[in-house]
Amino acid sequence: MAQTEVAVMDATDQLIEKYGYDDHFHDHHHGDKYQTNFITHYIFSMDHKIIAKQFLTTGIFWAIIGGLMSLIFRLQLGFPEENMAWLKPFLGKWIVLNDAGVGSISPEFYYAMVTMHGTILVFFVLTAGLSGTFSNLLIPLQIGARDMASPFLNMLSYWFFFLAGVVLFFSLFLSTGAFSGGWVAYPPLSALPQASSGSGAGMTMWLLSLTLFVVSVLLGGINYVTTILNLRTRGLGMWRLPLTIWAFLVTAIIGLLSFPVLVSGFLLLFFDRSVGTSFYLSEIFIGGQALDHVGGSPILYQHLFWFLGHPEVYIIILPAMGIVSEVLAIHSRKPIFGYKAMVFSIIAIGFLSFLVWAHHMFVSGINPYMAMIFVLFTLIIAVPSAVKVFNWLATLYGGSIRFNSANLFAIGFVSMFISGGLTGIFLGNSAIDIQLHDTYFVVAHFHIVMGVAAFFGTFAGVYHWFPKMYGRFMNEFLGKLHFWSTLIGAYLIFWPMHYLGIAGVPRRYYSFDSFETFSHFSGMNQFITVAAILVFVAQLVFVINFFYSIWYGRKMKVKNPYGATSLEWTTPIKPGHGNWPGKIPTVHRWAYDYSKGERDFISQIEPLSEQEKKDSIHH
Amino acid sequence: MSNITENSKARGLEPAVFGLWVGIGSIVMMFAAFTSAYIVRQAQGNWLEFRLPEWFFYSTLIILLSSLTIHYAYKFYLKGNTLRYRQLYLLTFILGLGFVITQYLGWTAMHAGGVELTGNPSGSFVYVISGVHALHVLGGLSALAVGVLMMAVLPHRVTPRRKTRFKMMVHYWHFVDILWIYLLLFFMFQ
Repeated sequence: MAQTEVAVMDATDQLIEKYGYDDHFHDHHHGDKYQTNFITHYIFSMDHKIIAKQFLTTGIFWAIIGGLMSLIFRLQLGFPEENMAWLKPFLGKWIVLNDAGVGSISPEFYYAMVTMHGTILVFFVLTAGLSGTFSNLLIPLQIGARDMASPFLNMLSYWFFFLAGVVLFFSLFLSTGAFSGGWVAYPPLSALPQASSGSGAGMTMWLLSLTLFVVSVLLGGINYVTTILNLRTRGLGMWRLPLTIWAFLVTAIIGLLSFPVLVSGFLLLFFDRSVGTSFYLSEIFIGGQALDHVGGSPILYQHLFWFLGHPEVYIIILPAMGIVSEVLAIHSRKPIFGYKAMVFSIIAIGFLSFLVWAHHMFVSGINPYMAMIFVLFTLIIAVPSAVKVFNWLATLYGGSIRFNSANLFAIGFVSMFISGGLTGIFLGNSAIDIQLHDTYFVVAHFHIVMGVAAFFGTFAGVYHWFPKMYGRFMNEFLGKLHFWSTLIGAYLIFWPMHYLGIAGVPRRYYSFDSFETFSHFSGMNQFITVAAILVFVAQLVFVINFFYSIWYGRKMKVKNPYGATSLEWTTPIKPGHGNWPGKIPTVHRWAYDYSKGERDFISQIEPLSEQEKKDSIHH
Repeated sequence: MSNITENSKARGLEPAVFGLWVGIGSIVMMFAAFTSAYIVRQAQGNWLEFRLPEWFFYSTLIILLSSLTIHYAYKFYLKGNTLRYRQLYLLTFILGLGFVITQYLGWTAMHAGGVELTGNPSGSFVYVISGVHALHVLGGLSALAVGVLMMAVLPHRVTPRRKTRFKMMVHYWHFVDILWIYLLLFFMFQ
């Protein structure tokens, strides 16, 4: 086994030397310009591989913060009567002590935690942490480019994200508290500084943070699209791209078209808050006093927000789908089933994502006939989604499946996507949604389909490409422990929530003590909270494994440990700036030649054999 | 950076110009959002009708003219006609300033006519949308200013790098021009 791998490695270099093309990249010692000292190498780096690691580690930081926040509000939901005084050293005045010394989480803080959990997970973790990491890492490596089209804009993209994080992090420590009106920031809670304590400085910083974040997404997106369309190596036509690249391309396009709309919405919101315009604010009384605002429409904000908000969920899930397609094919030793159907379904999902936004607004007072159109488009999304699920299952079918951590998470993704996707069919129907809207059924649906599923995609990617990033493997035992506890635990958290939702339990409520109907759910809420704590602990196993393996993991000794066909595995074990030490490889075939004839796999850089040329003429 | 870009095979547009157009696509979406918000809000009634200030039409003339001057500035730059290129480039910069000034005069005229930023949303929309457009023009102007500076300091030489930058400047400037024409027609007829 070891010997054949060495032979493959040598063959790779020979193929690149024979068929690659010389772009004279290394003639000028140009690459060193970027990595002369510690600061330009690790901090203000313009190397896409380092930037990818920056996005990943920052994403992990935010995932821990966002996860801890969910534990705080889950404690309130599961154990509202319990004494929380022990949290006072950490949370200070947000734990309110009564006369008997019994502490409870203050409602303002609870709402701030719910809001921040949503904002952080949706934007910082599952957009920047997922798309930022893998688009940066894989686009140049898999298309055979030296780096991104503009390494400088790429660096700025990370630092705008970092700055957005700093602003939001700072807002957590305001004496008036972080913004607490929900991650969607609907007016008037977001538009009137006096609406709640978090609506003042907290909301101002939230807006600033999110605007910086959008700048980061746009800079990144411009780079991803330009790089994929302009810098592919010779022979790499669009129909030979790995599905990861297709997914990143469509993701970036969706981001470039939808995030600017959010900026427009934010700008109008800023004017309402700070200048006194009335885009979103109609006649409002606060404390018996009529405000000056006249004639605004809060629904307008919802339209603008969800025009981003819905495509945003595809910005989150498409990269995960791309990663899963790649990981499943490699570790099943089979070509991906229905490659073109996969590409077209990615494009179809991207297109449809712009035509469904009002399904978030079925109870906001939109015209029911208009709602019908949005129901139709929403349900049509089930078609490309089902095509993808079918193709993943067909790829696994009959494969020589390796049950390593990466592939387990990829298979887990398919499971989560099916479970969460099915409840989407319920919610997409406006008639049912009117009953289920704003209940725990919705919470269960989107957490499974875009929260847990996107995390599974991320984990599959991290376990799979960790050797490419750090030259070492992550620990497989800890990886499997992480997988099984997360898979079982995530279902234990979110499955019961469907029942809560069908029974009508509303989401976002601080407590249910004024509703006798919901009081018998306290046992179920306790169960969910305990499961959530256990799943959080399981994620710490991942964090420990990640950082331990960076320095002490099993070393990668061969270039292509998985026997994969795509270009990133033809680079040296630790690729330097410019990715390939000599020539750039050229591509002669698609990315999924697994188990072809006698061969286990055939790298994309290997020219077609005489037999294959004959076959391709026949087809 | 330039090395990475230059050594890849050329496919039509240079990657930098292509990237600029991708960015322009995002700006288009921003204004599409503004103008559709305008339509949605207008359909709900309670909408003040008012005449656009005359200054807006002067600024239209000015920005149209500036598109022409930058177009010929680029042509003369390529041909090596230093004097004409410098004159027209500088004129573009001055016309750009003129656009922003006439926009400002337009806002003061609206204010004087009783259309306030914080009044009926119909007025607020015009202020905000034309204001955001003016910011995009100001962004272009600062790039033009860098160009003026380089024009004054550097000898007239046509290098691939400067050519690409100039081309990007021309494309962007035409874009903010066309965007303004769209906005003006939108305000007039919507």
